[in-house]
Amino acid sequence: MSANNSETKKMNLFQAVNDAMSIALTTDERAVVFGEDVSFGGVFRATSGLAEQFGRDRVFNTPLTEQGIAGFAVGMASVGHTAIAEIQFADYIFPAFDQLVNEAAKFRYRSGNQFNVGGLTIRSPSSAVGHGGHYHSQSPEAFFTHAPGLKVVTPRSPIQAKGLLLASIRDRNPVIFFEPKILYRAAVEEVPVADYELPLGKAEVIKKGKDVTIVGYGSQIYTLENAIQLAEKKMPGLSCELIDLRTIMPWDVETVVESVKKTGRLVVAHEAPKTAGVGAEVAATVMEHCFLNLEAPIQRVCGWDTPFPLVFEKFYVPSMIRCYDAIKTAVNY
Amino acid sequence: MKTQLSNLAASTSVVEPKPDGPVITSSSNAKTWSASDNFTNTMQFIQKQPTLEAYRVMDHTGTVLNADHDPNLPKEEVLKCYKDMLLLHTMDGILYDAQRQGRISFYMTHYGEEAMIGSAAALSPEDIVFGQYREAFMLVYRGFTLDEFVNQCFSNELDYGKGRQMPIHYGSKKLNFQTISSPLGTQIPQASGAAYALKMSGANACSLCFFGEGAASEGDFHAGLNMAATLKSPVIFFCRNNGFAISTPSTEQYKGDGIASRGIGYGIDTIRVDGNDIWAIYNATKAAREMAIKEQKPVLIEAMTYRIGHHSTSDDSTKYRDRKEVEERAQFDNPVTRLRRYLENKNWWSQEEEDAYRKKVRKDIMTSFTAAEKRKKPAVKHLFTDVYDELPPNLVKQQQELNELIKKYPEYYDTSDYASS
Repeated sequence: MSANNSETKKMNLFQAVNDAMSIALTTDERAVVFGEDVSFGGVFRATSGLAEQFGRDRVFNTPLTEQGIAGFAVGMASVGHTAIAEIQFADYIFPAFDQLVNEAAKFRYRSGNQFNVGGLTIRSPSSAVGHGGHYHSQSPEAFFTHAPGLKVVTPRSPIQAKGLLLASIRDRNPVIFFEPKILYRAAVEEVPVADYELPLGKAEVIKKGKDVTIVGYGSQIYTLENAIQLAEKKMPGLSCELIDLRTIMPWDVETVVESVKKTGRLVVAHEAPKTAGVGAEVAATVMEHCFLNLEAPIQRVCGWDTPFPLVFEKFYVPSMIRCYDAIKTAVNY
Repeated sequence: MKTQLSNLAASTSVVEPKPDGPVITSSSNAKTWSASDNFTNTMQFIQKQPTLEAYRVMDHTGTVLNADHDPNLPKEEVLKCYKDMLLLHTMDGILYDAQRQGRISFYMTHYGEEAMIGSAAALSPEDIVFGQYREAFMLVYRGFTLDEFVNQCFSNELDYGKGRQMPIHYGSKKLNFQTISSPLGTQIPQASGAAYALKMSGANACSLCFFGEGAASEGDFHAGLNMAATLKSPVIFFCRNNGFAISTPSTEQYKGDGIASRGIGYGIDTIRVDGNDIWAIYNATKAAREMAIKEQKPVLIEAMTYRIGHHSTSDDSTKYRDRKEVEERAQFDNPVTRLRRYLENKNWWSQEEEDAYRKKVRKDIMTSFTAAEKRKKPAVKHLFTDVYDELPPNLVKQQQELNELIKKYPEYYDTSDYASS
């Protein structure tokens, strides 16, 4: 990242996303931003000011149709344009599932690389928000990690969001970019104002440690940080290593495996339901690579295998206490 | 009544609009309903509208009904269309039989829909075509070679798709023909998006999207047409209404007046044409292209035809429709015969030329066919390439794993039929 020591500006996550799109539209005349209600700034303000700055031909509302938005984006990308499409909530991406899984993901492969939709990026607010119930809380990333040809990315902070989104927009593969909506206004940090990218497919070791590896992504990282603090306080001498996957597909096996080989223990956590979630993939892969290093069963701390509930959210999510308990189980095994 | 309304307005602090006050519209000029809009005291449900007529230039005897509508294309152009139709018809026959003999895995013919080539003649080479699967006429017209067709059907090492998709899923970057995919209707919103991109880049071109009347029942049809209309995409939606979606007759597909009647509801200029009349298709497509590009908006064409062949090689259509009906349709109103009669009326074609051309085409196809059948399959490494622009680590590893298995079990994994790299 070349933006170190450069000028910064205080931004929250939606502002960082907005800034990334503004840079993408400035640096690429073939780039467009569209979706439901993006023209007036978006229901989360992520596209605020863009229509005024870049014109309504480049930043525009679409009719209310997710399959249409995705199909339209695939079509634009198929002729070499850069389509940055928004699905208003990740919960509503399923009508576009066919276009994303059968079309976008297979476009390059099925044509023998005659055509591709590398210019396609789908942005979508995801994950829990405190009171989102069934359809404003979901984390559908695992559905898409099962579709070869797609990349799936999720940031944990404004700096990450800007760098990863710019990389996603410019990556020559279709990318689904899930933005943890609870962080839109909550997370604020000094973000470089320059044009910079963070690498896709690379996890980040946020905190070095030697006793247990903790893996997560998105807003779950903050829960894990709190759980680690609690664990290290309650178990003096304990040292946890925290890894943010950042890219969920294709994910950084090497960084995680290297860490587990050192620590011998793994806790993986995500909000999405446990069965066939991303945690299952991480656990199985680590088991294959680190069988002789593992000193405890891999702990998966996830949403329960239920729809995301309204009044029971506190009991549903992989909270700090649940993550702390899993760390304790792994360490004391 | 008026007084009552005024009282109500006053009592609820609602500002009463002036009777002839300005209609408030949104910034995007969308029509917002207000007091000055259309109201009536008559309660009338709209019932069936008169059936839309199909535009026709020549009848089944090849006679032009109104000379003003004959596009009067030069002889060479008309002969190109006719010869391309014959070529497609002959290739369909040979490849259909090849599938019956198990030499290729699948095939779909174009019988009865050959006149659709009129749409190809009305486009420019830079127009981008999105197809469903029964549109090889477009590729024939644009110069896709016999080798290119059969290489795809045999999934050999020269197939542009590297043997990954089923037969007839053609694609050609250089001919602006987007690669066919099996999921129905998906190409419709894609064509709207591609057209929007063409508009943005100021190209003097449109996109054209083919689909059948069955595919028009998919949600993507609704999405694609509505998006093109609201976003003003220069795209021609071209529906081949051939009466059947596999075994489902159109009477079980929709209850309205075909597909054309829907276009108006989306605010799209629409025309229905005789799909067995190459000149009706040509004229409509040519005019649609001009409208789409000049006025930057979508146009819908519904071409009424009849699927003479089976749905595919996996289908026996006698199970759900009368063989006699099919034969009668093929005899009475065959698009190839119709154009041939047009040619004969102009003395531009003879039985000798017909026989000689059919013979030549047959020979050419057999030559390509034999060569394609002998070629190796693509290299096994192409199982893994092109999933992404570059192989990610998981695929590098999986490719190594497969290579080791091939070495370990050579008697199971015979790679002699596959290219080495």
